[in-house]
Amino acid sequence: MQPRTVLAAGVLGAVGVAMAMPAFAETDYVAKYGIKQDHPGICSYEATDAKDYTGHEITILTHAVPVMGEPVALHSKQFEELTGGTVNVVHAPFGELYQKVMIPFQTGQHVYDIVYGGSYWIGDWAPHLAAVPQKYLDTDEMKDITPAYQGVASWNGQRLQYTFDGDRNYFKYILPPFEDADNQAKFKAEYGRDLAVPTTWEEYAEVATFFSGWDWDGDGELEYGSTEIVKRDDVAFANFITRVASYAKNPNVTGGFWFDLETMTPQVNNPGFVKGLEMWMDALRYMPPGGINFGIGEEIFSWGGGESLMSVTWDDAFIQAMQPDSPIRNKIRVGTEYGPSMGSHKVWNRVSGQWDEFETPSVAPYVTWGWGAGVSKYSEEQEMAFDWFCFFSNYANTNHDLLIGRFGVNPFRTSHMDPDYWEQEAGWDRAVAESFTVMLQGMDTSTNRVFDLRVPGVNQFYTAMMASVAKAMAGEMTAQDALDEVAEEWTRIADRIGVDVIRDAYKNVVALEDNVSLDQVQ
Amino acid sequence: MLDSRYKHIFLLPALLALVAIIIFPLIYTVRLSLSGWDVNFPELDYIGWDNYARAITDGRFWDSMGTLYLMVLLCVVFEYLLGFGLALLLWKEVKAGRFFRVLFIVPMCVTPVVMAVVWRTIFHETLGPMNDVLSWFGIPGVPWLSKSGPAFAAVVIIDVWQWTSFMFILLLAGLMSLPREPYEAAQIDGAGPIRTFVHVTFPLMAPITLGALIIRLIESSKLMETIYALTSGGPGSSTETTSYLLYIRGLREFQIGYTASLSIIYLAIMIIALTIFARSLSRLMIGRQGPVRV
Repeated sequence: MQPRTVLAAGVLGAVGVAMAMPAFAETDYVAKYGIKQDHPGICSYEATDAKDYTGHEITILTHAVPVMGEPVALHSKQFEELTGGTVNVVHAPFGELYQKVMIPFQTGQHVYDIVYGGSYWIGDWAPHLAAVPQKYLDTDEMKDITPAYQGVASWNGQRLQYTFDGDRNYFKYILPPFEDADNQAKFKAEYGRDLAVPTTWEEYAEVATFFSGWDWDGDGELEYGSTEIVKRDDVAFANFITRVASYAKNPNVTGGFWFDLETMTPQVNNPGFVKGLEMWMDALRYMPPGGINFGIGEEIFSWGGGESLMSVTWDDAFIQAMQPDSPIRNKIRVGTEYGPSMGSHKVWNRVSGQWDEFETPSVAPYVTWGWGAGVSKYSEEQEMAFDWFCFFSNYANTNHDLLIGRFGVNPFRTSHMDPDYWEQEAGWDRAVAESFTVMLQGMDTSTNRVFDLRVPGVNQFYTAMMASVAKAMAGEMTAQDALDEVAEEWTRIADRIGVDVIRDAYKNVVALEDNVSLDQVQ
Repeated sequence: MLDSRYKHIFLLPALLALVAIIIFPLIYTVRLSLSGWDVNFPELDYIGWDNYARAITDGRFWDSMGTLYLMVLLCVVFEYLLGFGLALLLWKEVKAGRFFRVLFIVPMCVTPVVMAVVWRTIFHETLGPMNDVLSWFGIPGVPWLSKSGPAFAAVVIIDVWQWTSFMFILLLAGLMSLPREPYEAAQIDGAGPIRTFVHVTFPLMAPITLGALIIRLIESSKLMETIYALTSGGPGSSTETTSYLLYIRGLREFQIGYTASLSIIYLAIMIIALTIFARSLSRLMIGRQGPVRV
């Protein structure tokens, strides 16, 4: 063999080995995708990389960027790189998601393989969603989901939504003003009691009033007591529910918060609801100017920017306020000593028709709908769609997304309730992390919870409710008149859709409210 | 005979397009309005006039109609007055007249939703520039979007800002096409500018004014995007117009059959109201000599 031939063979061999190397070398997913760690399992980066969806295509309808839209776009691109498949992501504002999903569903057209929206639309979406296959339910990621959010994703005992988010409404506040000696002295002089973190809406009103209309943080701007979402047709229904739950969800009464399951009489105008609405109407005086027109964006901006002392809304505002560039990072806390939100010493008992008295405030946490999504049963690429979900919500991605406030991904696994995670990964102070995780756990274990109505036609019920509530908030009518109007409209809606249809669906909600199995709901 | 047949053959594509684009959706909406198509029942069944009977007792629908009419009336009156005033200013040669003509057209070219978002910032009670500007004149801050009256006014202001230019273009075009002879005659008779306007310009502009008003009335009555982005119909129900309510009933609540019936009622009322309005205005402005058919 000529030396030149030997050299050529050597070079060719070396090139061949070099070309073959990547096939044998392990891809460094941590470095390539900026994740902390790839957890083993069928949803992992490695397992997804082993799948080949070349020539396959799915279309996802999700929310606009950034909330949920950004993580979906990010992980879809990664999924494409790993599997060779094509993922089309369509973004829409929240107000348009429902119709964009319902029109193809109702007309039997296949447009989207995966649809995103409010998890409380499950009653309308259920007939059109494919059940999550058992192999995904058996993953560590799925088993780690808290029972509350497993329930939120289920319908008539079947898991129809793929869980990747867990939302809730809870009380949050800026701590330093409560600890300030001057504030404490002034408050005591004015109200005759010590300044303390409120535990009832009555105390909340006093504290909020005290901190409203003056510059208590010395930034040269006026500050206010409370920021809430009040804007009509935004997601103000969530704040309304949080407000009324304290007075209308009685721990001594099971079998329905929204309706009496036996009679299907709407409860929305009972004295508990009326009291909650009256307190909310009064709250406008200690909100920032224009507060009645605040949507979720304004709420996050207002409370997160330190314009108001307290707020009762979603996780998003809290997580965003804990971002490194936030002016109130690590100066905030969540929940009260009695629970995630305000409680009440008296709660309406719809069975006895009287107010029940409670020595310590009764708290009724509201497990706010949160994002829900599922695979369309009309999809021809269900396997790829479920694999996409599996990848999207794997440990590596979720742990990454949870730390980015604008993504809108909030704790939904038991492992997310570990303060170490928030302290080490997010850099939160220990006290904040503990305050947060204790609140999360309290919500999950409560047996006196409130969930969304989650029945077919929920949007009809909710828009009717909020149209009248908005009139009360604007001073066009009294709380009682507004809620009587709602009850009448709800009766008509239930009659149109079918009282039995609503009752059967509402049993799913009652099971969640009372924290019992569906079989136990009569 | 042969020519006539050719004529019909050539007309056929246009007629088919017309049927597909206008007639079919209209007929389909009527059919939908007679069905109970709902979120839980996506079927084109037949329920007779039930939806129409329900609409008659739907107070929210009639309230929204009242809100709409008041809003439209205010918008169109202000747009007409301002548009006519601007057109008169730029009718005669003024410095940089061409620049101003283009400038006045800009608002009309912007998407209403985008402008509503911009105006929402302008009307922000604490951060928006509107209250800052008012404070220069000693006027206290106005709760633009949090009180019913100011919110209603805010919607009118945005519509007037955006669509005055449309009125301006039409009226300016009308002014520029007016014959010179009546003005020469008025000048010979010694008429001043006000008398010339009252007795020459205004009557001569009546037909085009009528057309402009009718077009704006039709367009304004579809006011929805601004409401959607600015107030969502609130505070309370103060800015809920019929178009916005139809959006809520149809696409948020998915009451498809019922919303179709509301649309048909709304359409019928609009046709009747606009016909009466056009005839009345025509008699008022043009008299019996030159009625305008709308």
